[in-house]
Amino acid sequence: MSATMTSSTASSSGSPKRAPVADQDWRKIGKWGGLCTLALVLVSLIGMPVGLDRRILIHPILSLGYLSLLWIPLMLGFVVSKQVKLEGVESPDPGGRDLLAGALTGLMGGVGMAVFMLALNTFNLRDPLVNWSPKLLELLNYGRGLGFGVVAWLLACCVLGLLGSAIHVVPADVRRVVSFSAFGLLGIAVLEGAIADLSEGFGLEFLTDSIYAKRGGVTVVWSIVLAVVIGVVSVLTKGRLKAAKANYSGLQGPERKRASRIIFVVTALLTIILPLFLGTIMNELLANVGLFLLLALGLNIVVGLAGILDLGYVAFFAVGGYTTAVLTSPDSPFFAPEMHFAVTLVIVVVFAGIVGLVIGAPVIRMRGDYLAIVTLGFGEIIRLLFMSDWLKPYFGGAQGITNVPGVDLGFITIKGTDPRSVFYLVLVFCALAIYISWRLQASRLGRAWMAIREDEKVAEAMGINTVNTKLLAFVVGAVLASFSGAILVAKVGSVFPNSFMILVSIIILVVVIVGGMGNIAGVLVGSFVLIGILGGPRQPGLLHEFQSFKLLIYGALLVFMMLQRPEGLVPSSRRSQELHQEEFLQDVWLKSEEHEAEEREAEVHAVEVGGAEGNNGGGA
Amino acid sequence: MSVSEDAAMGQAAGDDRVALLEFRDVNTHYGAVHILKDVNLAIYPGELVCLLGGNASGKTTTLKTLLGMVSPTSGDVVLNGEVVNNKPISYRVENGVTMVPENRRLFKRLTVKENLVLGAYLRSDKDGIEADLQHVFELFPRVEERLSQKAGTLSGGEQQMVAIGRALMSRPTVLLMDEPSMGLAPALVQQNFDLIQQINEEGMAVFMVEQNANMALSIADRGWVLQTGMVVLDDSAKSLLANPEMRAAYLGET
Repeated sequence: MSATMTSSTASSSGSPKRAPVADQDWRKIGKWGGLCTLALVLVSLIGMPVGLDRRILIHPILSLGYLSLLWIPLMLGFVVSKQVKLEGVESPDPGGRDLLAGALTGLMGGVGMAVFMLALNTFNLRDPLVNWSPKLLELLNYGRGLGFGVVAWLLACCVLGLLGSAIHVVPADVRRVVSFSAFGLLGIAVLEGAIADLSEGFGLEFLTDSIYAKRGGVTVVWSIVLAVVIGVVSVLTKGRLKAAKANYSGLQGPERKRASRIIFVVTALLTIILPLFLGTIMNELLANVGLFLLLALGLNIVVGLAGILDLGYVAFFAVGGYTTAVLTSPDSPFFAPEMHFAVTLVIVVVFAGIVGLVIGAPVIRMRGDYLAIVTLGFGEIIRLLFMSDWLKPYFGGAQGITNVPGVDLGFITIKGTDPRSVFYLVLVFCALAIYISWRLQASRLGRAWMAIREDEKVAEAMGINTVNTKLLAFVVGAVLASFSGAILVAKVGSVFPNSFMILVSIIILVVVIVGGMGNIAGVLVGSFVLIGILGGPRQPGLLHEFQSFKLLIYGALLVFMMLQRPEGLVPSSRRSQELHQEEFLQDVWLKSEEHEAEEREAEVHAVEVGGAEGNNGGGA
Repeated sequence: MSVSEDAAMGQAAGDDRVALLEFRDVNTHYGAVHILKDVNLAIYPGELVCLLGGNASGKTTTLKTLLGMVSPTSGDVVLNGEVVNNKPISYRVENGVTMVPENRRLFKRLTVKENLVLGAYLRSDKDGIEADLQHVFELFPRVEERLSQKAGTLSGGEQQMVAIGRALMSRPTVLLMDEPSMGLAPALVQQNFDLIQQINEEGMAVFMVEQNANMALSIADRGWVLQTGMVVLDDSAKSLLANPEMRAAYLGET
């Protein structure tokens, strides 16, 4: 009721703005503030601050542990004051009201933290809650006593919430500079390992030595310098990128072809040359990214193009790995022909194809959920078979097969101790896979896959043999995965059933979804960001401190992406258009309905008031 | 009932021609449920015919059986004089049978062009496909304007054009249409029937399944009425429109 009252006063004053804080805003603040508290306490209790405190981002003031808490009020301050802007529906300009909302949301989080710290100090709940420790308390109050901690958290959260909401209020230019500086600096801090390694390769150690402190993290002075530099660069390059992009897409015919070719050559050269300047750890990381990229590209064909939700994809990874191990290792328990890797690859392709057909044939006629569950089962069956005592004489059971030789190319042997060579091997296969995916997308077969993904019945009515076509997608995906498995085994030098947990399937699927389904560039970005920074199921990424929280982050990321950006980080243009078009239409439709309802209510109100007056008049 | 002298006229006219697509005593079952019961149909070149019937009378099953999505338990489906009971859908599409599905059902996330090209999936003559694309553009200039747009973003009328265009891309001799007027605004229904008539006038046989009996019969040459899987009326469109039984059951007159 009060909402309509305030809105009526606002409209009577002649401006369509809402009153400073309306009823629904309080509800909103309460909701997000509560969420802020919950998130802060939860993150503290799962041990992120303590666990990640070792990784320092800005020396000596900010560690990853603190960042894991501090981004929450900032983010929620940003979210609470965010307004959905819709065409045709008036929205008030951002202003003081939003700042207040952000600050209050942050403050609620701060109060939550203060209460949490008091509880930490008073009770001992360490028994059920492992991370309920004095160490956590000490970390939370910066080692300066409870009183300081409480005040600091109240203030910090409030200010961060305010800053978060201020992002909407400040002019667009300022917003751009600040966000560039902040994210740029964060990027430099997170990528410390890679940057240090790279500069070492180029003989620029002195630069990184001064930028980064000894114990890790950018020094305070340098972080200010870097932030300013990035800010200035962002001002200077404003609009350039967009112009360049527009320029590029504006090109036609041969010119466009030439431009694309130049871009391609430069990227190819960079990917070939850069690893030469990287150290072992970074090359290892790149090799892992490549292995998962290969898997993701395969799954992208199965899920992204043909729309078959295969949750047992890891089975083909395992088949590739085991086939290679059996055929090349002298320690293979039953049959050890000790073939060369190149010969093995041919057999791997054949085997993966056969297993793809055998698993695919019964599964492919199912739809949707059924297919997902059955493939999940098959994925686990394959692993259990390799682990079983029954097949132990052939595959070594849980002990697996060891002593797999590397790839002997005559002049060099590619194996795990030389990750750079592994990277190049992976690169060749990734390039091949990218080329295949790219050609397939625009081909008749690719179109048939997409048609099946869109509407299987109609695709059938067009004369597409849906069973065979889907089976083909399954097999192509299986072959790519088996390549990855073969290289993995040659790299690691051994193979165990537990390398092929169901988790691998899930993580690859997350890579494909987060990157952008049905889109090669998206899969590339997804593998680099997720596998490179967070790490694979067993492989550490750049933020190896995240190891114990990796799955949590993967899960949270997946939920977030599904809610906010279902098209992925790099959407294929068609998919994002479609998703947001629908959303937009829905919103307009809902809004207009809401609007109508409000109007009607106002009318009713007016009638009521009029009627009441009339009654009064009649009574008198 | 009245599969009688009047109906014989229609068949007599067809006797000297070869039917494009024919049902000879077709029975179909879904599990134990008997759907079509001894159905006889024949579609001749250049004809515009319609199949009428209430809900659950077997209209859609008839279409599916014609296209090969369902195979008959007894009887024959004959295409150009050849029994095609066990031939796959692709064989029938290659030999000139195409369906425009109910509610258009375009591939929504694909572009209009991709939709059209998918219609010619089984063809490999590039020049012919290109020529047919141009033909579709001549028929529906609006489609050419929307070529790189995603099919899901088109309006209902435009989607209908793309759906028909997609079907034409396989160069059919018989176009099967499942409820072409369903889900269209009343103004578009008329336009849609005009389109169908136009395509028919170019010489293509059209077989449509419709609920909108009045409209359908007004443009059709012949029609059948299906009731619980049996053909109860088989007559020229004109006689069907005049048939009191028919009027009572499907045109809402008493």
